[in-house]
Amino acid sequence: MADLTPLTRAAPPAPKSPCLTNAPTADRLLLRGDREVMAAAGAAFGLTLPTLACRAVAVADVAALWLGPDEELLILADGAAPAAMVRLANALIGQPHSLVDISHRQTGLGISGPHAEAMLAVGCPLDLHLSKFPIGMNTRTVFAKTEIVLWRTGPDAFRIEVWRSFRAYVLGLLEEASHEFTP
Amino acid sequence: MSAPYRTEAGGRIDRSRTLNFTFDGARMQGVQGDTLASALLANGVHLMGRSFKYHRPRGVLSAGSDEPNALVAVRRDDARYTPNLRATEVELYEGLQAESQNRWPSLRLDVGASARLLAPFLAAGFYYKTFMWPRKAWDRFYEPFIRAAAGLGKAPTQADPDRYASRYAHCDVLVIGSGPAGLAAALTAAASGARVMLCDEQAELGGSLLTDQGALIDGQPTHAWLADALSTLAALPNVTLLPRTAAFGYFAHNLIGLNQRLTEHLPTAQATGVRERMWSVRATEVAICAGALERPLVFPGNDRPGVLLAGAARTYLNRYGVTPGRRVAIVAGCDGAYRTALDLHAAGVTLAVIADVRPAADGPLLRAARAAGLIVRAGMTVTGTGGARRVTSVSLAPVRADGSVGGVSETIPCDAVLMSGGYTPSVHLFSQSRGKVVWDDALKTYVPGASVERERSAGACRGSFGLAAALADGANAGAEAARAAGFDVAPKTFAAEATEASADSVIGALPQPASTKTGEAFVDWQNDVTVKDLHLAAREGFRSIEHIKRYTTTGMATDQGKTSNLNALGVVSHALGAPMAEIGLTTFRMPYTPVTFGSLAGVSRGDLFEPVRATAIHDWAVEHGAVFEDVGAWKRARYFPKAGEDMHAAVARECLAVRSACGIFDASTLGKIELIGPDAAVFMNRMYVNAWTKLSVGKCRYGLLLGEDGFIVDDGVVGRIAEDRFHITTTTGGAARVLAKMEDYLQTEWPELKVWATSTTEQWAVIALQGPKARLILEGLVESVDLSPEALPHMSVVEARICGVTTRLFRVSFSGELGFEVNVPAEYGRAVWEAIWAAGRPHGLLPYGTEAMHVLRAEKGFIIVGQETDGTVTPDDVGLGWAIGKAKPDFVGKRSLARPAMSAPNRKQLVGIFTDDPALVLEDGVQIVAAPGQPTPKRLIGHITSSYPSAALGRSLALALVQGGRARMGETLYAATAEGDVPVRVTAPVFYDPDGARVNG
Amino acid sequence: MLLIPCPHCGDRPELEFVYGGQAHIARPADPSALSDQAWAEYLYMRDNPKGPHAERWRHTHGCGHFFNLVRDTTSDMILASYRTGEPRPTLAADPKGAA
Repeated sequence: MADLTPLTRAAPPAPKSPCLTNAPTADRLLLRGDREVMAAAGAAFGLTLPTLACRAVAVADVAALWLGPDEELLILADGAAPAAMVRLANALIGQPHSLVDISHRQTGLGISGPHAEAMLAVGCPLDLHLSKFPIGMNTRTVFAKTEIVLWRTGPDAFRIEVWRSFRAYVLGLLEEASHEFTP
Repeated sequence: MSAPYRTEAGGRIDRSRTLNFTFDGARMQGVQGDTLASALLANGVHLMGRSFKYHRPRGVLSAGSDEPNALVAVRRDDARYTPNLRATEVELYEGLQAESQNRWPSLRLDVGASARLLAPFLAAGFYYKTFMWPRKAWDRFYEPFIRAAAGLGKAPTQADPDRYASRYAHCDVLVIGSGPAGLAAALTAAASGARVMLCDEQAELGGSLLTDQGALIDGQPTHAWLADALSTLAALPNVTLLPRTAAFGYFAHNLIGLNQRLTEHLPTAQATGVRERMWSVRATEVAICAGALERPLVFPGNDRPGVLLAGAARTYLNRYGVTPGRRVAIVAGCDGAYRTALDLHAAGVTLAVIADVRPAADGPLLRAARAAGLIVRAGMTVTGTGGARRVTSVSLAPVRADGSVGGVSETIPCDAVLMSGGYTPSVHLFSQSRGKVVWDDALKTYVPGASVERERSAGACRGSFGLAAALADGANAGAEAARAAGFDVAPKTFAAEATEASADSVIGALPQPASTKTGEAFVDWQNDVTVKDLHLAAREGFRSIEHIKRYTTTGMATDQGKTSNLNALGVVSHALGAPMAEIGLTTFRMPYTPVTFGSLAGVSRGDLFEPVRATAIHDWAVEHGAVFEDVGAWKRARYFPKAGEDMHAAVARECLAVRSACGIFDASTLGKIELIGPDAAVFMNRMYVNAWTKLSVGKCRYGLLLGEDGFIVDDGVVGRIAEDRFHITTTTGGAARVLAKMEDYLQTEWPELKVWATSTTEQWAVIALQGPKARLILEGLVESVDLSPEALPHMSVVEARICGVTTRLFRVSFSGELGFEVNVPAEYGRAVWEAIWAAGRPHGLLPYGTEAMHVLRAEKGFIIVGQETDGTVTPDDVGLGWAIGKAKPDFVGKRSLARPAMSAPNRKQLVGIFTDDPALVLEDGVQIVAAPGQPTPKRLIGHITSSYPSAALGRSLALALVQGGRARMGETLYAATAEGDVPVRVTAPVFYDPDGARVNG
Repeated sequence: MLLIPCPHCGDRPELEFVYGGQAHIARPADPSALSDQAWAEYLYMRDNPKGPHAERWRHTHGCGHFFNLVRDTTSDMILASYRTGEPRPTLAADPKGAA
């Protein structure tokens, strides 16, 4: 008989650059549906899901990121997905929607410090100036040859969500970029 | 050793900081602030290169990026060896080692120069006329000859050890060029609060202000004003200053490519950081202030070392403190040449003569020269120059009123000839932006016409010559750009006091006596194109400037004809008797100046060249000695060799393990899509060929996806997780494509359907367990789920907990054996894999890779999309017609399948192939013919799609698509291999366990 | 590299988008009712205008949505951007608009 001790989630090693961190292990849900679905889902968490394009809202234990007109990424505490799915299912009875657990599909990276914008500009073609990409803005975009979700969490702080197999590539580019700023 | 041509004082150099350098091994000294060209000139060295075609000795012509002659290589070490740099742009540093190019054995004594003796035979079109015949001479003689003769510098022999960077940037106003117009534009735009970037290819910002002397701006000498302007800009937080940064490409919607040189000017010990940075700048508005390029004059012997542009000579004098000679002759085609004359005179250089080639030259500058006691002879032409590797004389003759050249040439000794035909606006970037240039009759040049992009040109690059005009034009452009970007500002005003020059200038060849040979009057220095070549092209019937350019190669060298284009047009205009405006200008292409591959690659090198995707189980495979193959961006374990095993042996062992016991396989790369919504089944019915309505929850079906053209695009097992939820799998390579196709139909064709597709490819690690002992191994791990055939038959799916982790357990097989695929949340993937591995080892469990997977599925005749299919294959072609839901009114591709051609009996159909020789494994892609020994072109009736040695069969097997294949069972056909036609036998495509009993365990 | 106005996200670099071919070609409601010729027209025949062209794009690496552009194929200038399902807008520079 095999050992049935609950397993822990494998976490990637910490980045080398001091500007980069692994985001805490998190659960993630991808919610798709119309505006009413988003409103009802937000109510279930006690927050107003963003209706403005490319904006995120966050409270203590849940962040909701607008990814598309009918697509919202919910980032939750590690292990919170099953209960959240039940809560959402109850809140959305009778409203067609799609709710998928993608906790393991992607991982989070934090980029912070005075050079955060410039480091991201190595691979991200968006204008990241604070006036054009303010705190709370998030969007799917490209980073060099892959796709990321980029979320500005502070004046000098961003979070990247990237599919797990592309993490090494994104991290490698950011660490390469960091050489420009940390001699 | 002191530099004999260095002036006592003046210039933007630091005479107290001596720099040692070598040129072709000769030790010399320059000073801080020198370019390699200015340092060589200071040492009296004009000969800096050999021309491309004739290997003529060449001196430096210009002082900037337009330099066609002085191309050098700079060596830091064997890996850091950069060829084809313009000596005029190479900043001197302590220890710099430069080498001349295109010569052997030395620059002074070059064997290749004998090509000059062949010059009469190497005229325009030589290549087209000569290398035509005989055909066989191409491989043996012509191509080796051309390859040996072609190319300028040598490429470095080692990998580039340097680091390069790339950066996206955004600004409201990008100002390209930092001369008076660019500075005025930047100062104005910056005052509006707009984000401003100012770039310039030179080491110092300032453009022509770095050379100008005597003028005043706002009452200050230009150098003082420049310093103030730059410190003002540098202090502004909304301004980015980028010296040593060439705007090389203007791309659609105001994306500008900038190449910044960061360490090229530093001594090797200090050149440790990022070497170059590629900027991709998206500018809301652009102000092009690129200035103008000085035009040479076209006369015989104009390429002799010591003949250079007058404005360049002034730059060498005023900026670098270097005189081009001690006794110089000036050939003036424009007023600007007199500025050089006056400055040289003031520096104590003897002026042998000023020959003005314009018939009625006059103006304040000319008068100033005469007032200074200089000899000015107007209405002259140059009939030749004397000297070998350095000019020693210039020959002048008067031009009559009718334009003919009369009298006897007078030869005047000199050690430098400084010429200037006028200034050509640098319209390169404007032209790259798709703007059309227009001919300006008053200025006698092409200037930017209407803009296409959000840009404007200002200053000399649009023909606004002169300091006051450039400043005012630049300020207006800066204000206009800022306003267009949404900022409010009025143009700054600047008071400029300078002697203005007239716009009178010279284009094309100078008049010559009838007897003069024009074969030595160069138009394009870098490609050795002469007046004679252009005349020849015109005589041979070429009329379009685009054709003449390609026939003569004028303007096609690495300098893109910066100094030559307008003169070439002038010569052609004269030869064809057509006005310049009708000749037109050839299109300018990026890059404006050469860009290194390192900079273009940026950070995308080595491991970061492109994403390398690895599964959650990848490290385990590495630890167990897997050999990997690339499948798209994924690394997949191909086989797990034991010591001494080759691939064949390892794959045979892995296959037999699956057939006899059990194999474990990482199938994580399979694409996975979660399809959810009340209309999920309706959508599946429309997308896939199969019928889905009656598929029960917990059951799976092999799904086949077509394009609207009726051809297979993807396949995969689909499990019904709930009434409104499907778990779809796709091929590894097709994952993104299938999801995009679904989104396309959902968003644009059937937006009324309430269903959503979400990629879960990376959510799940997929562990395939295949083999007769698979159930036995899993049973001990799975909590409270009945794995018996009755409870979990083939093609079913159930949620199961393994090691406390909730998984989706599929009972499926891609090997023909009893099989399971365990979908595990990826971050538990490796742990669950190891648990299964530990449980399975006592039962003979072995890991297998993609190669064994391919063999196993081929033994069963299972297709792989992209291998058995190629975009022209229908379901019936590969024996999958059974999958089609016949009762469905429509699905993607159904209508196309109804076309008669899609069911023609002679379509290529999937068959099995046995070679007569059981040991022979055909190559994939080998063509099939019906009869052996046909002459080429053979009639091809099919091709091998997959071919492997099969351990289970003890022989080779192959799958093939063959015309009317299903009706050919047992026929002997031939595989047309490189070694000859090999007999093969057509068989059914299912080679192993044709009844399919083994899948039930 | 084009700067493409996504109707949802605003101006974004071309890198985030995938081209989707000519716009306003609806899949026939009942393909089986079409002749082979008509089906082939739907499947393969596309305009290739010199000038304004209504075309589909998808903001794949953004909001994920399909939308339409009117782009001048001679200048690459984008004359209009609008959501899927909306008609081609009337534009002075685009005589084909709102036909």
